[in-house]
Amino acid sequence: MGTRDISIRIKEIETEIGQIKDIRFSVGRLAQETWDEPQGPTPFPSITALRDWDLTLLKRYKPFYLPFCDLCCLCTFGKCDLTGDKKGACGITMPAQQSRIVLLAACIGAATHTSHARELVTHLITEFGEDERLDPGGLNIKVEAPITRLVCGVKPETLGDLEQVLDYAEQQITSLLACTHTGQEGNPLDLESKVFHTGMIDHLSMEVADIAQVSAYHLPKADPDAPLIDIGFGTVDTTKPVILVIGHNVPPAVEIMDYMQENDLVGTIEVTGICCTGIDMTRYSQKAKIIGPISWQIRYVRSGIPDIIVVDEQCIRTDILDEARALQIPVIATSEKNCLGLPNRTGDRSDAIIDDLVSGRTDGAFILNPEMVGEIAVRTAMRMRPKHKKKKGSILSPDEAIEEAKRCTQCRECRRACPNDLHISDAMRAFGRNDPTMLAEIYDACVGCIKCEQACTQDIPIHSLIIIAAGEKLKNEAFRLRAGRGAIQDIEIRQVGGPIVLGEIPGIVAFVGCANYPGGGHELAEMAIEFANRRFIICTSGCAAMTIGMYRDEDGRSPYEIYPGNFEAGGMVNVGSCVSNAHISGAAVKIASIFARRNLRGNYEEIADYVYNRVGAVGVAWGAMSQKAASIAAGFWRLGIPVIVGPHGTKYRRMLLGRSDHDDDWYVNDARTGEQVYVGPVPEHLFIAVETKEEAMVMIAKLSMRPNDTSRGRALKLTHYIDLHRRLLGSMPTDIHRFVRLEADIPITMKEDIVAILKEKDWRETVIPDPTLIQKKEGSS
Amino acid sequence: MSQDAWLTAEVAGPKKASLITKPEIADAMIRRAKRPIFIVGSIAAEIDLEEKKLIDYIILMARRCSIQVVATANTNSEFLKRNFTPDAVMPAVDIGNRLTDPTWQGVDGKGPHDLAIFVGLPYQMAWTILSGLKNFAPNLKTISLDNVYQPNARWSFSNISVKNWIMNLEAILGNREA
Ligand code: SF4
Ligand code: SF4
Ligand code: SF4
Repeated sequence: MGTRDISIRIKEIETEIGQIKDIRFSVGRLAQETWDEPQGPTPFPSITALRDWDLTLLKRYKPFYLPFCDLCCLCTFGKCDLTGDKKGACGITMPAQQSRIVLLAACIGAATHTSHARELVTHLITEFGEDERLDPGGLNIKVEAPITRLVCGVKPETLGDLEQVLDYAEQQITSLLACTHTGQEGNPLDLESKVFHTGMIDHLSMEVADIAQVSAYHLPKADPDAPLIDIGFGTVDTTKPVILVIGHNVPPAVEIMDYMQENDLVGTIEVTGICCTGIDMTRYSQKAKIIGPISWQIRYVRSGIPDIIVVDEQCIRTDILDEARALQIPVIATSEKNCLGLPNRTGDRSDAIIDDLVSGRTDGAFILNPEMVGEIAVRTAMRMRPKHKKKKGSILSPDEAIEEAKRCTQCRECRRACPNDLHISDAMRAFGRNDPTMLAEIYDACVGCIKCEQACTQDIPIHSLIIIAAGEKLKNEAFRLRAGRGAIQDIEIRQVGGPIVLGEIPGIVAFVGCANYPGGGHELAEMAIEFANRRFIICTSGCAAMTIGMYRDEDGRSPYEIYPGNFEAGGMVNVGSCVSNAHISGAAVKIASIFARRNLRGNYEEIADYVYNRVGAVGVAWGAMSQKAASIAAGFWRLGIPVIVGPHGTKYRRMLLGRSDHDDDWYVNDARTGEQVYVGPVPEHLFIAVETKEEAMVMIAKLSMRPNDTSRGRALKLTHYIDLHRRLLGSMPTDIHRFVRLEADIPITMKEDIVAILKEKDWRETVIPDPTLIQKKEGSS
Repeated sequence: MSQDAWLTAEVAGPKKASLITKPEIADAMIRRAKRPIFIVGSIAAEIDLEEKKLIDYIILMARRCSIQVVATANTNSEFLKRNFTPDAVMPAVDIGNRLTDPTWQGVDGKGPHDLAIFVGLPYQMAWTILSGLKNFAPNLKTISLDNVYQPNARWSFSNISVKNWIMNLEAILGNREA
């Protein structure tokens, strides 16, 4: 491990800026660094170091709380009823309680990424040594770790250097989590500021994880032409032994592929993945295949196709062992964070474990050595295949399914459990009469949660029936996804930096997050296509990246086959797995540093202010479900990047909404003149849940506006906003006057209509400032 | 009639919606309100109520009872198709947020609304927004006119059949002159 005692060092930095170098250089691993950029004001910021910046944002975007529970039950004083203006026994109010739960969720998310990063870095150091050079993009990348440079003020060069960054992240998360204890922070806005801090740490850890794995495993290095790989149920050759890997931490999957390579087995076994391990292993080998996002777990396991299941960490169904057991599929657990109750066999001989798994003497094994997992998974799959083949179809036959449907009593308990309110009982009635159409339609909007089955009073295996009714749909799922490319090249940033900050590339839209979609994944693909056609830069990651790939145009092409993988207008850029999200925030940060030449090092506030006022980036987490999604979103918020979530997103308990009707909220400082200038509500919200795909698209266009847009840029952005509003919501928007600053901002083709509206609203021309929210401190130049 | 949430797991806290057991209750609340407002979600245009859609009832009710209308998401298009222009188009959480602000002068700028009637939003979205209002808009009364129980509204139907729903909506309308 690298240097320790990071808490002492941080304290010193926070309170005695002059001593930063001495302390860090005397104990730090980075003593040999040769980075001459001056250190900014907040390297390794403490949990309150950026509080002023947070409160500046939160003044504009006040929390709108949507309590998902009126009670608190966190300590034995409870349960406490916090409804309205009641307080808990500890004195906490409802707003603070909501912010506290958001902070808790964000801490869980950030802890998960940080722990994942730690596990990866530790493993990779064991395998490749601490001096292994970080190389996320070869000659194309000089700013190798923009978030790390920005937050920590250090420039990591080797795997070993990343340990210090993780030391800091772990220390911060511990303090942040401590803030949620009873009788700790109780001011809602202070809690929100800590949510932002958690998000920032989350992006830091994600960056560490991804640059470590990209460097050590030679995953695509900022490569816009990363290969197209197979995705979908229908791409699997079921005549071969099939391994299924689920989770997020890729070393066991890498070892599986290495074992196959070393033993000349490539091509004879199918290695398939669900969730981000799927994404990351296809970055490692083009031969690997992705089945789909998180919601494909049940349907794929129940198909009986996998001969063995290997799980690592995060977003794995906790009942995976039960599902696998029902079909006699052995399971290998590989992470200390997810042991599944299985016996630890790490110290046993591989042959003995394989015998036990194949014979069914044990349901599975917990093995902490990825290399062993590689061998055991492959050899077990090969021996399981003939056994599985002998079995008759592992799920019901169509006739048996119809018989099951006939048992339905129309009690509707299934529908009352379904998060998407799908009309299951009606479909079940039709299926019982041999009409599968309705049930097959449900397949498209079903998120595979099997809550319906849990609720069914007749124990009908509803989800299995949905799959059977969907029949060919599932088998026809065969698409192409561009493998996660990792970071954005410096040269790409140089090329698009200008057009982005001037508004002439209308925006960057990042489709990220989980697969809890309200109406099916196709909506996400349709949004991505719409904005790629409008020449926005589209970034994708994780489950969202997969979902967008699982879509075909009329010529049978997936969006990744239609649009280039370059970070450019009209590009469709799959950065990779969840942890690759840091490359999206990193790209925004790099625009400030590479294009605008702002100092990055330990200079968070200035860079966030730059990004917020100039970079028209918008995050869309249409199916956001997890706590990680909460912390990822929070990391974007602190950089001033707004995030849109689908209707399920209101369950995150609070929005961060601007008030376009409060003119006073929308003034910025003009850095040129020192004057305060009204710039309109741009971007209007920082975190908003919307109801439909149509509303989301209008909101994306609207939230891409920034104070710095030139007239040409603003006219372009307004064209998209107005055009989408008209087409999808049916009318001209009524708030155009808030976004037009000069007559030159008005899109020429819409001039007449807009001028009429401006007249009616008594609009007056203003100026385009050099915008900043940062008040220059007195005495500073 | 029970106070069970339509989505079984969405149990509320100690403060739960009273049941609209007969249409006169909703009718009286609307009559008493000085500045009522409808928040109409996208599902209103999808729900069939025999020969009409739910949104058609809303339009009739808005006209006859002089209730202002906020259309969320693409509900606006559906209103316009029916020659009805909503008073405002905005996201559901945006209108929800404004309703918690006692100084907000309403969609027409003439004063705070005193009654918000929710209909046609995705169930959980209405649930959470109504929870926001229950907790943070003490002076605002809220009604859910969906045919499912919304525990966080001040008043809501229980989970009722479509037939019963139509009867209730017709009865509220019937009390007003066309
Ligand atoms: S933490 Fe506070 S509000 Fe929660 S149960 Fe304990 S005393 Fe009650
Ligand atoms: S598995 Fe599908 S149909 Fe069943 S409750 Fe979940 S989303 Fe609804
Ligand atoms: S819960 Fe089961 S029995 Fe009841 S309607 Fe649904 S499928 Fe039929």
